[in-house]
Formats: sequence, C-alpha cells, structure tokens
Amino acid sequence: MQRLLTLASFALALSASTAIAADIVVEAGEGANERLIEALISAQPGDVVKIGPGMFELTEGLSLDVDDVKVQGAGAGQTVLSFKGQTGAGEGLLVTSDRVVLEDFAVEDTKGDGVKSKGSDQITFRNISVVWTGGPKAENGAYGVYPVSSKNVLIDGVFVSGASDAGIYVGQSEDIIVRNSRAEYNVAGIEIENSKRADVFKNTVTHNTGGILVFDLPNLPVQGGQDVRVFDNDVVENDTPNFAPKGNIVGIVPKGMGVMVMANRNVHVFGNRFDKNGTTHVLIAAYPNEYDDDNYMFVPRGVFVHGNTYGEGGFAPDGEVGKIITDVSGTPVPDIVWDGVTRIPEYFSWVNAEDQIYIDEAEGTTFANLKMISQMLLPWSTSPDTDIAGYKGSLPEPAPVKLPQDSGS
Amino acid sequence: MRGRCPAGQRGVFQATLIAFLTLLHLFAATSARAFSPDAILAAKPPKLLSEFGFFADGAKQVPAEGVIPFHLATPLFSDFAEKYRFVHVPAGQSATYNPDEAFDFPVGAALIKTFAFPADLRAPDKDVRLIETRVLVRQEGGWQAWAYVWNAEQTEAELKIAGAKVDIAVTDRDGAPLSFTYAVPNKNQCKGCHALNGEVAPLGPKARNLNVEHPYASGAENQLAHWTSAGILSGAPAPADVPSVPVWGDAAAPTEARARAWLDTNCAHCHRREGPASNSGLYLTWGESDRVALGVRKRPVAAGRGSGDRAFDIDPGHPDNSILLYRVESTEAGVMMPELGRTQTDPEAVALLRKWIEEMR
Repeated sequence: MQRLLTLASFALALSASTAIAADIVVEAGEGANERLIEALISAQPGDVVKIGPGMFELTEGLSLDVDDVKVQGAGAGQTVLSFKGQTGAGEGLLVTSDRVVLEDFAVEDTKGDGVKSKGSDQITFRNISVVWTGGPKAENGAYGVYPVSSKNVLIDGVFVSGASDAGIYVGQSEDIIVRNSRAEYNVAGIEIENSKRADVFKNTVTHNTGGILVFDLPNLPVQGGQDVRVFDNDVVENDTPNFAPKGNIVGIVPKGMGVMVMANRNVHVFGNRFDKNGTTHVLIAAYPNEYDDDNYMFVPRGVFVHGNTYGEGGFAPDGEVGKIITDVSGTPVPDIVWDGVTRIPEYFSWVNAEDQIYIDEAEGTTFANLKMISQMLLPWSTSPDTDIAGYKGSLPEPAPVKLPQDSGS
Repeated sequence: MRGRCPAGQRGVFQATLIAFLTLLHLFAATSARAFSPDAILAAKPPKLLSEFGFFADGAKQVPAEGVIPFHLATPLFSDFAEKYRFVHVPAGQSATYNPDEAFDFPVGAALIKTFAFPADLRAPDKDVRLIETRVLVRQEGGWQAWAYVWNAEQTEAELKIAGAKVDIAVTDRDGAPLSFTYAVPNKNQCKGCHALNGEVAPLGPKARNLNVEHPYASGAENQLAHWTSAGILSGAPAPADVPSVPVWGDAAAPTEARARAWLDTNCAHCHRREGPASNSGLYLTWGESDRVALGVRKRPVAAGRGSGDRAFDIDPGHPDNSILLYRVESTEAGVMMPELGRTQTDPEAVALLRKWIEEMR
C-alpha cells in the first residue's frame, strides 16, 4: 500500500511537473535571433521566456502568439534587442495573445513600430524601453509601445524616445493605464486614440513635439473615444520640431504643445504640471481635416481642465496651428486654448451640460476660446473669449481604471 | 489460427509476406512513403515532408493518389516564385462551399503549396529549384501551418519552425541577373497572414479564385466542377453561378477588376475587417464597396514613415500621391506592404495599380 501511494504521488508529481511553468532561457550570442524566435513560438502557457543580458543583433521581427507567457529581460539597461539590421516585419516584437507580460528589456532601432500588441487582453508593458538611437528622425518607426485593438492594457515604467509618431500609443483599446513612464524626443509623447477608459498619470513627457494627445479619428473600426483621465503628469519643455512624415495626423501638432484633446468625449485633465511648452499648455480642438464618415463626431465634448499648475508657456507658437491660434489670441498664447468649434446646430442653440468645456484653474491662469465656429475652419470670430470665469463648472469624474493584471500602483 | 496452420502453408505465407514487405520497402525507397493521415492529425508535425506522403514524386511535384493539384486565377506575389498547389480531403468527406470565404474543410484535410524558382524566370518550367513546401493541416482544434525547406539534392524537405533564409540567384524577366535572400516564414509569421478573427485560416481556396479551368491529366476542367465530381467539395453551384475574379495579368479584363483581384489576394488577408490589419480601417477585399475603406481619399492612421509623405491611401487620378502605391513599390522593412512574404517589387503589379489609380475619378 505504501508503495502504491508512493507510485501514485510520483505519477501526480510527474503530471503536475509537465503543467508547471518553465523558464526558457535565451542568452545572447551566435544564432540568438533564431533561438529567440523559436523560444517565443514553442513557449507554453505559464512559461517565462528569459532573455539574458547583452546585445542581441536581430534581423527578424519577433512575435508571440501564446497566452499566459512572460517575456523577461535582465533589465532595460542590460538586455538590448537591437533591430538595426532588420530586414522584415512591421515591428520589433508583435504580441497577439492574452495575459502576456513584457518586462525588463530594451528594444532599439526597429524599422517600423517597436513593441506592438494586437487584439490582446491583459497585456502588460513593464520597465521596458524603446529607443531610436539616432534621435528624432522621420525615418524612425511610428510607435514605440503600441497596444491596439486590445483590452486591459498596463503600461508601467516604460521609456520611449525617438518615435516618429507617438512614443506610447494606445489605439482602439479599452481599460488602459499608462503610468510612471517617460516619453521624450517623440512627435507625440503619449497618445490615447479612439480608446475608452484610460488613466494616464505620473508620467514625464518632455522634449517631444507634443506631450499628451487624446484623439478620436474617423474611418476606423473603433471610434467614440471617451472617459480619459490625464493627471499628475509632468508635461514640460516639449520643444522638438515636428518630424512626423507627412500624412500622419500627428503632423498637425505644433512644437510646444502640452496636452491636446481632439474630438474626444469626457476627458479630465487635472493635477498636471505644465511648464515651458512654447505653443500652449492645453489645447482643446476639433478634428481639422475633411472626412467622409457618418459615424464620426469631430468636436470634443465634455472636457474638464482643473487643478493644474502652469509655468511659462505660449512664448513660441509653432507652425500652422500656432499661426491660426496667434492670429486670434496674440502672443504669448494663453495657457489653455479651445478652438471653440461646435456643430452648427449647437452654435445656434445650446449644448448639453455634459458636453460642455469646463475650466477651473488658479487665478492668473490664462485662457482663450478662439470661437472658430464652423465644421471645417471656415470663417471665425476675430474676438476670442478670454473670460475664464465663464467656463467654471465641473463634470463627474470617471471611476479609476482597474485592471485584472494589476495588484496596485 | 496459428496452431491450425499447416507447416507448408505457413512457409508460403511467410515467403509472400517477405516479398510484399520487400516490395513495400522498395516502393518507399524509390518513391514516397505511403500517404499518412496520421501525420496530418499528429499533435507534432513530422520532421520530414515525405512523412506526410503527399507526393508520389516530390522532386517532380507529382502528387500521390488523393492529392489534387489546383491553381488560383490571381495568386499572391512571392518574389517571383513559382507555386505548386495541392489539396487533400479525406476519403468520404468534403469541404463545404462558401461563396465569399475559403471553403470549410473537414478535419484531416491538407493544403500543400511548394515554392520554387526556375533558373530563368522567362522559362518557368525549366531548371526549377524547389525551395520550400508549406503545409496547412486541418486538425480537430483548427488549422496548423508548417514550412518545410528542401535540401540541395531536392530529395527531401525538412521542417523549419523558426523559418529560414535561402539565397536565390536567377535570371529575371528582362534577362538580367537577380539575386536576393528569400525568407521562409516562421510559424508565427504564417499566422501573420493566415489569420481570420485571430485563428489560422486558409486564404487561397476561395470560390472566386478557383473558378477557372485547370489542366488536369484527364483534360482541362473547371476546378470547382472537378472538386465536386471528385467528391472533395459539396454545395457548389454550377460554375456560372459562382463569383469569379479575373486573372490579374489578363490585359483583356477591365483594369479595375484586375486591380481589385490583385489587392484581394495580395492585401486583403490582412486588410479586412476580421484580419490582422483590421485596426487600419483600410479594407481591400474583393467585395468591399465603401470607397473610403478602399482607401480613396482615406488618411492613414499608423503608417508612420510608410506614408511616404503622401496624405491619402489613394488619391484618385494621382498614383504618385497615393500611399498604397508607395508601399507596394517599396522593399524596405517598415514601409513595404505586404510586410511579410516578399523582398522584391512586382513591377507589373505596380504598373497595374498605377493605371487603376490614374484612371480613377
């Protein structure tokens, strides 16, 4: 009987061990690209793919399509995946599975995007960096960290530099946290686009063209971006000339933009520190291009800006947008600017309380409603409304985003 | 039974068995192994292509019994590679017809595609070198995709899960030497294109792209009619009632139909509402009727430097202002489309798309 029990427990242990998570270790050196590709393909749910320290010179994009896998480096300063010699694929690493954690490694010089997730549920980007080492250039990839069509997105402690579109870009996704991260020398530091329920906080965005963008764009399968909180961020010295290739919507962002809210709904901007953003600290605007999409709402609705601190700003308005603003507002540009574009029926009648723009800032904060009425930059009033007191009020704040994979901040 | 078998008879039986086994062995050595449904259904793919037994003669791409060759009216461009396609459906079963999507194949079915390069692209049947054979097998849990790379002797192809790089040197269509590194996709890259709603799915065997005659050994016949009479396809209407795409290179067909057929096979596996590029909002399937979704005056979302400093995916009348053409012409990673499956530009396709956009109003 004793022997039988031993056998049974041995068999149990054996069957359990086959299900137990394994470490798949990939060290730098000869054939690392192929070994890394193989490790990511052969990983089983629960496994950890551990990438050793050192420089990995990769020519092929990587991809992971297995649920419940962690890809872990030895640290963003230790494990470097360099894609300088990349010849194929649209990104450095593509994740298409659920409950994946990416942490502690660096990705450099991808030809396209840095690290992308498509259609993932519970994807975590933690303590990773994505850098284009040649500095800001139009030839760099578009996005650094790029979750799209994903749910439950956690971006924590990420560093991105040099993206020719957005450093951290979350698109067409739901339930998003971006925190404790740093974005610099990108066209846009952090961008939340066509997404619902996002908390963007405790990040530093500096030396980008624009700091934090909250956009909604037409002709996409997921629209109706809403319920975004941007708070407790340092949005300072965004002063890199726009280097986006033409055609990209971020090409419209002028150098020295702090936070820009475009065509989105229920966006709360509070507790941020703004300083030395040369065009303006906060811009609230309608989508400026012509489009053909009956489902798209091109004006921002329900924006609440409050409790931020404002240093010097608006001293060097840049580009076409900068000119359009200063033609109306003069220089220096006020701390907070709203283009004042509403839909024609609303212009002639009234706007629902939950769709209005509310500002509640410390005394001395400057503001202008440019009153650029019409759908598409048609004639506007030449006398802006600078009476900030007229915009007092508030909106109920969206509940904090909670993610299943996040035990707490 | 054994006990009652007379000694003499047993000797005859044994001799016959040995002769049979020897014959079988000889057959296996000189030709392919016997066709193996087990290999199709196995959780782990066989290491060698021959273990499937798809070919009576692999080097000559002669299929085994029960493996039927087919071709597509308008195929995908893969660096000028010649492709030999085959389908196997288990005996007594059939794929189910679908007017729009790839047919629904039964468990145990296989789609086999060999990529090869002739020494001279102008003589596609001469001095052909087999590079890889891709196998899609329909298992209980869905489709599995595997790539097998042929050896230099052309006697066997070996499984490559992580893909491979193969140096190619040929004479191009203008008679000039052309050399490049051909990429055999890894398993995840297979899914990069073969994904429908996140699951691996076949791309080629769609009614509209199979609705042409094929030169069978028994004579030319419409492929759908042939599949139906062979019992591997059920539910197909008469070929006249089946949608069809033109052969994209057929100058007699309307430019728009040719361009749309080309986009359908070369782009729409990703660029469709259920595909890997769904988030782009650019949908290039044959049936797409929304002009903006087709790219007409549509601004890009995530094109990055792939925009080529152009504002619209398609600017009607202006191919050189159209991002779509820029990306089809490019061979640069991060710019070129499709992202995978080619390193070369297809000049004839570029010319066709250019003409289509030029004529567009």
